[in-house]
Amino acid sequence: MDELIVEFLTETNESLEELDLDLVNLEQNPNDADLLGKIFRLVHTIKGTCGFLGLPRLEKVAHHGENVLGRFRDGDLEVTPEYVTLIFECIDRIKFIVNELEETGSEPEGDDSEIIAKLDAAYEGKSVDEAEIPAPSDQSATPASDDGDVPEQAVLAGTMTQEELDALEAAFASAPGPDGQVGIQQVNTDPAPEIKTEVKADKPTSTEADAPATKSVSAQSLRVSVDVLENLMTMVSELVLTRNQLMQIQRHTNTADSESDFGAPLQRLNHVVSDLQEGVMKTRMQPIGNAWAKLPRIIRDLAIELDKKIDLEMNGQDTELDRQVLDLIKDPLTHMVRNSGDHGIETPDIRKAAGKPETGTIKLNAYHEGGHINIEIADDGKGLSIDKIKEKAIMNGLATPQELEDMSTNQINQFIFKAGFSTAEKVTSVSGRGVGMDVVRTNIEKIGGSIELHSEEGKGSKFTIKIPLTLAIVSALIVAAGNERFAIPQLAVRELVMTTNDNGIEKIKGTPVFRLRDRLLPLVSLRSILDLPEATQDEMEELDSTNVISEDITTVEGDEKAETKVENKDNLKEEKRHEYIVVTQVGAYDFGIIVDRVYDTEEIVVKPVSTILRDIELFAGNTILGDGSVIMILDPNGIAKATGDATTDMSEAVDTTETVRTAAGEKTSLLLFSAGDSAPKAVPLSLVSRLENIDMSTVEQSGEQSVVQYRDQLMPLSPMNHKVVAEGEKPVLVFAHKGHSMGLIVDEIIDITEAHMKLQLDSSNPNLLGSAIINGKATDIVDVGHMLQSANKDWFKDHGDEPYLDRENSHSQEIKNGNSNSKKRILLVDDSPFFRNMLTPLLNVAGYDVTTLESPNEALRMCEKGEYFDVIISDIEMPDMDGFEFAQRVRDNSNWTETPMVALSSHATPQDIDRGMAVGFSKYVAKFDRDTLLSTLSQTLSEQKHKDA
Amino acid sequence: MSNQAYSQDRLEHGNQVIDQSKDFLTVVISGQLFGIPILQVQDVLRKQNVTRVPLAPPEVAGSLNLRGRIVTAINVRSKLGIPKAKKGESSDMSVVVELDTELYSLIIDRVGDVLTLKDENFEPTPVTLDPVWREFASGIYRLDDQLLVILDVPKFLHSVHA
Repeated sequence: MDELIVEFLTETNESLEELDLDLVNLEQNPNDADLLGKIFRLVHTIKGTCGFLGLPRLEKVAHHGENVLGRFRDGDLEVTPEYVTLIFECIDRIKFIVNELEETGSEPEGDDSEIIAKLDAAYEGKSVDEAEIPAPSDQSATPASDDGDVPEQAVLAGTMTQEELDALEAAFASAPGPDGQVGIQQVNTDPAPEIKTEVKADKPTSTEADAPATKSVSAQSLRVSVDVLENLMTMVSELVLTRNQLMQIQRHTNTADSESDFGAPLQRLNHVVSDLQEGVMKTRMQPIGNAWAKLPRIIRDLAIELDKKIDLEMNGQDTELDRQVLDLIKDPLTHMVRNSGDHGIETPDIRKAAGKPETGTIKLNAYHEGGHINIEIADDGKGLSIDKIKEKAIMNGLATPQELEDMSTNQINQFIFKAGFSTAEKVTSVSGRGVGMDVVRTNIEKIGGSIELHSEEGKGSKFTIKIPLTLAIVSALIVAAGNERFAIPQLAVRELVMTTNDNGIEKIKGTPVFRLRDRLLPLVSLRSILDLPEATQDEMEELDSTNVISEDITTVEGDEKAETKVENKDNLKEEKRHEYIVVTQVGAYDFGIIVDRVYDTEEIVVKPVSTILRDIELFAGNTILGDGSVIMILDPNGIAKATGDATTDMSEAVDTTETVRTAAGEKTSLLLFSAGDSAPKAVPLSLVSRLENIDMSTVEQSGEQSVVQYRDQLMPLSPMNHKVVAEGEKPVLVFAHKGHSMGLIVDEIIDITEAHMKLQLDSSNPNLLGSAIINGKATDIVDVGHMLQSANKDWFKDHGDEPYLDRENSHSQEIKNGNSNSKKRILLVDDSPFFRNMLTPLLNVAGYDVTTLESPNEALRMCEKGEYFDVIISDIEMPDMDGFEFAQRVRDNSNWTETPMVALSSHATPQDIDRGMAVGFSKYVAKFDRDTLLSTLSQTLSEQKHKDA
Repeated sequence: MSNQAYSQDRLEHGNQVIDQSKDFLTVVISGQLFGIPILQVQDVLRKQNVTRVPLAPPEVAGSLNLRGRIVTAINVRSKLGIPKAKKGESSDMSVVVELDTELYSLIIDRVGDVLTLKDENFEPTPVTLDPVWREFASGIYRLDDQLLVILDVPKFLHSVHA
């Protein structure tokens, strides 16, 4: 395209943007003389330039527009809203023509007579409706077009009859011609070059004449091609890196007493490069106001279209950010502001009814904060409707009602960021197409930013966008995993944590987690997610000996300090190997990345990955370190995505004292003690209520039972076994349940430890579950249930009339049966931790794979998830949902309809049993009756097997 | 010698046709000679320190640093389906090419000479050739004592994708 045209287009586009803003202001302040003058001048300039360049259509429209504006400026014509809308139309028409010009290189065909007529009407002070829109046939230009066309027609004469020609002519005459431009343009194109040269001579003078009228700012600016600046930027970045390397070398070679000759010049170089870096950054910085320029107009149009009153407040327009970033966020910002206007702000009557001012406000706020720029878009509209989002989420299959119940408001709000999500009831031309927020989030995350949402139903919503100030040079933490190094952008790192003996990585059903200040942090192993091989023995040893956090956390002068917090909780020289966890935040969620080693933080230049590797979401780029090696830069967003939903679900503040689910093979806390002999015995710590030292002389007899006065109650006491001598002061394990206590006298408390409860030998001693190897020693595991029961028959009773069978010595029998079932899966649902903890080892011994849950709701969720069990054992009395309802639900509509269910209860009246059977329990067993439970289970399972066979 | 005579011959016959030939860099992979148009070759490198890229496709050997630019190293053997080189068979040299503003280094066994080859010795790829090779070969030259397979570098690189 012609260079002149290109320049014209750039200038005109800029002017048009300014015009938009000014016109909106004009609407608010119709009689502002300065504003009027400015608008007039802008349109005048456009008109003038198009005339020079031979753009007659544009010129005509601008000319008529200028006329009307001239009258405004001179005060001859009053600025009414009707006229302002007309001017807007005029500007839009100009924009349209300019756009076409940009795309095709020439003015589009079309008719502007309507708008010109309206402008003329306005010029004469008439109402716009009174405009005389001329009928096409009245056009004075038509004869000219006829003349112009005749030569062409003459060419065709050879193939047409005269009548056909006449018909053609007539058709031409009556059709709406392009304003006779055909003829006129032909005239114009020839003299155009001459005019242009004249123009060149004229132009400088005219611009000079204009200069004092227009702001003098334009004279001080210079147009520079973007590529030139980009190049400059890259070179300066490399320079900065080289400077950093030099500084680091200098730091290492400098000792307290010696100073190399390089010292002074290097310092100077350092300062100069810092200044250069700042200067070049500035060239790329633009005020965010530029991105906001179009918004007032958009909001105005929106308000009119939707019949609402909306006020747009902008704060911090001068906040500067990188040009590249600005371009990328322009559209997302516009989209969000539109959303606020469309979905957020209510119509005036609704607002009034809600006690809000009729005019809704959308506030834009931008400010710098620690290496980022924060942009807030807040509205005082009706906020996000939780119910609608829930509905939509279910409809789109993104979550089940169960899952939604457990989510916090915040989590539910996050659904709007999923693709294809829109809770708008109808799609307006403005928004609601459901392609919005996910694209917004993707765009923002692409540049390393983040977006958060906070909404209160009825009060309003607020979006906060955080964007890093610069894209090119980034501070990064260098870590190692699997013998390879990687970089993690510093801004993504919230904390660095080292595991210790006391606080290490724990596992919940195979997923590693870490306790970070009372919250459970889900973890991801970098090794495994990158598919790197497991550490070899040599590697492990090397890591152990050299795992020191480098003191040299370097920061570059003038930059923000790294926000790393290193928690060194323990001495490094412990036996257990420490692991490092990098805590990052993605969206609203925290998670940790397990790495082998942590090195330095370094300033790196981010280079895009090769196209071949671009699909790997885990990498955000690669870079060259100071030592010349190439390393990949990790993208926490990508890592979060790769680990799937498991992470996002778990990371809301989980109270770690509750719901720790144990399954077979998991570690249990055990209390080790000795009783009667030196062989250690163990009991699950969770069952033990308290440890006391009781003077045996205070023990009294009540009937056959030894009791002691304990906390205003009589507590039955039993020695662990007959070998325990009840004399003097003895440690007592106190078990408590529903108001009952029981004390077990032992010889000595040895320790508390965590171990796997893998029972090796079964025991013929009814008081013991079996033996296991704990801390390297063969330890007897106590069957607490039995002990408690034999001590106090009423221990588990709540009502009377339970079937109570005498136990048979079929312990080993059961184990054999259990084992032959090849690890059947049992789901145990009971709200009492005591029972869960007691029954689990029991079932484990019998050879079952046990999963325990606290509430039927969780169980139902598991069901939805597709988890499968062979038998479900459920308590009846539970707070959230009782066993009967649970069974009903399971039987009604789930994957588990066929799964046998066994009810476990301390209620066991005949009516209860009947009811249980009715809702779907196959069997009904008393809670404390271990043997019946086990035999019932094996019976049920074999019945099932026969059914399936 | 014979070349000269040949072109003389043509000139004498008043032939307007100018002797067409192209220059190729020859490389050796597992004993087979391949040719890359010389104009596509940016650099020839000795064995380099290549950083492995986890999760990359198997033919991507990794990345390396070439005078400040990051180059993606491609293991040509692997992509062509040739089994791994035995000890000493390959010196892991590489040829650096540029495609769509990105740099790639093609790891091959050994680099040979630059040859100027006459168009008339060019043949289209025989259909009996291994399908994988055929995909990436743009043709074959008949040399005196062996055949030279011409590698279609853009096609080759485009087919490597995560």
